Amino acid sequence: MDDLENQNLEIKLLLEAIFQKYGYDFRNYSMAHLKRRISRRQLLDGFASISEMTNRVICDADFFDRLLLDLSINVTEMFRDPTFFKAIRHQVVTFLKTYPFIKVWVAGCASGEEVYSLAILLQEEGIYDRAQIYATDFNQVVLEKARKGIYAIDRIKAYTENYQKSGGQRSFADYYSARYDAVLMAAALRERVVFADHNLVTDGVFGQMHMIVCRNVIIYFDRQLQKKVVCLFMESLIDGGFLCMGQKESLSFSEYFDQLVLINEKEKIFQKRYPPGDRSQNE
Amino acid sequence: MSDSVPSAGPLPRHGAGTMRYEAMVMGASAGGLEALQTILSALPAHFAIPVLIVQHLSPQSENLLAEVLNRQCRIVVQEAEEKETPRAGMAYIAPPDYHLMVEADRTLSLSREERVNFSRPSIDVLFETAAEAYGDKLIGVVLTGANADGSQGLRVIKKFGGTCVVQDPRTAVAARMPQAAIESTRVDYVVPLVEIAPLIVGLLEGKHG
Repeated sequence: MDDLENQNLEIKLLLEAIFQKYGYDFRNYSMAHLKRRISRRQLLDGFASISEMTNRVICDADFFDRLLLDLSINVTEMFRDPTFFKAIRHQVVTFLKTYPFIKVWVAGCASGEEVYSLAILLQEEGIYDRAQIYATDFNQVVLEKARKGIYAIDRIKAYTENYQKSGGQRSFADYYSARYDAVLMAAALRERVVFADHNLVTDGVFGQMHMIVCRNVIIYFDRQLQKKVVCLFMESLIDGGFLCMGQKESLSFSEYFDQLVLINEKEKIFQKRYPPGDRSQNE
Repeated sequence: MSDSVPSAGPLPRHGAGTMRYEAMVMGASAGGLEALQTILSALPAHFAIPVLIVQHLSPQSENLLAEVLNRQCRIVVQEAEEKETPRAGMAYIAPPDYHLMVEADRTLSLSREERVNFSRPSIDVLFETAAEAYGDKLIGVVLTGANADGSQGLRVIKKFGGTCVVQDPRTAVAARMPQAAIESTRVDYVVPLVEIAPLIVGLLEGKHG
């Protein structure tokens, strides 16, 4: 259909304009996903065509900020996929405890729910005090939200259930204070966290991590970009470090796949192999 | 249109060597397991096109649906993986808590974006993206369910020239979803559950034209 081809071309030009003007590179994102997000914005703001939207993006930085929120997936929750956090407690924490200092990178942290969840987990496991969590996202708006740690109170019931299913050892209410229709996460949970602007597509290595958590982020990338990001993660991990992906992110496509040991198949938790010479560690 | 009476189906436009249809999408909600069992178990092992399925499930549910269905069917039923190319004789089910989409190059994508029609996976999301990818070579099937997911998607399939099939609401555990689909689109066939598989096999053989 000609209409369809024209529309796809218009989207390509929009992405090109975004890249050239603002430096955000969506050109290697999954197209079906982008198209849904862009069409939604087109409908909401009443643009006659995507080209019209492209004009607006070029001339209006505020509009671009809104579109940027549309283009990234910021849907998240505390202890999302509780079985993942349970697996971290049972399979990963033992290893982390052997290090005097632990660096954790949450890549694509969105509004921070997963960061606070990990902080709680590390605290309950007694290793939070020697941990440093780097929480990064390319979107300043959601990063600011993560930094503040204020969330809508109507989600707390679901979060509490998740927390309990994840193997939580206390009452979830210990970790926040409620006021009116919002909760503020305890300040201690932010103490060991650095929130930083980082774009997986255009920025570089984030060094010497013991654990990298990046769940359901590269699922929106095309194969080429996925490979590049996995390479970035491998270079950012110490030998024996852990890479945590989303449940449907197998990494079997990556040339680094054989340098990883899949320690939990369902939760897609990988451990980076020690170099071949280091036999004691590979036993 | 009156239900249970097939309207004039699309004319078969396939010449030698080109298939009229290249994929089928199905959407089900409440009562869907039985409906999917009925249809998928009646398809032959060499079923000529891939089947893509959204069944509404609790986000926490274990990924057992594909396994259960696979045991009862001659075609291979499995959970959809991102970036894979759907093949004939296979059925792909959207994983719990992920939307399933078809890219323009006809590979599959998964997404955890917002719920659509309170659902993730959403039938509309699969149907709309599949309609764009497969155009008029797509069969869309709406089955039993207690909400209206799938109606919008079926309309898009029709817009791109695909063939629309809806389970006769009188044979559905929950009538609302097929009813809503019939009300929003001039669908091609409304048939009882047990007749859906034979109808589709017939469509692939160029019957019902």
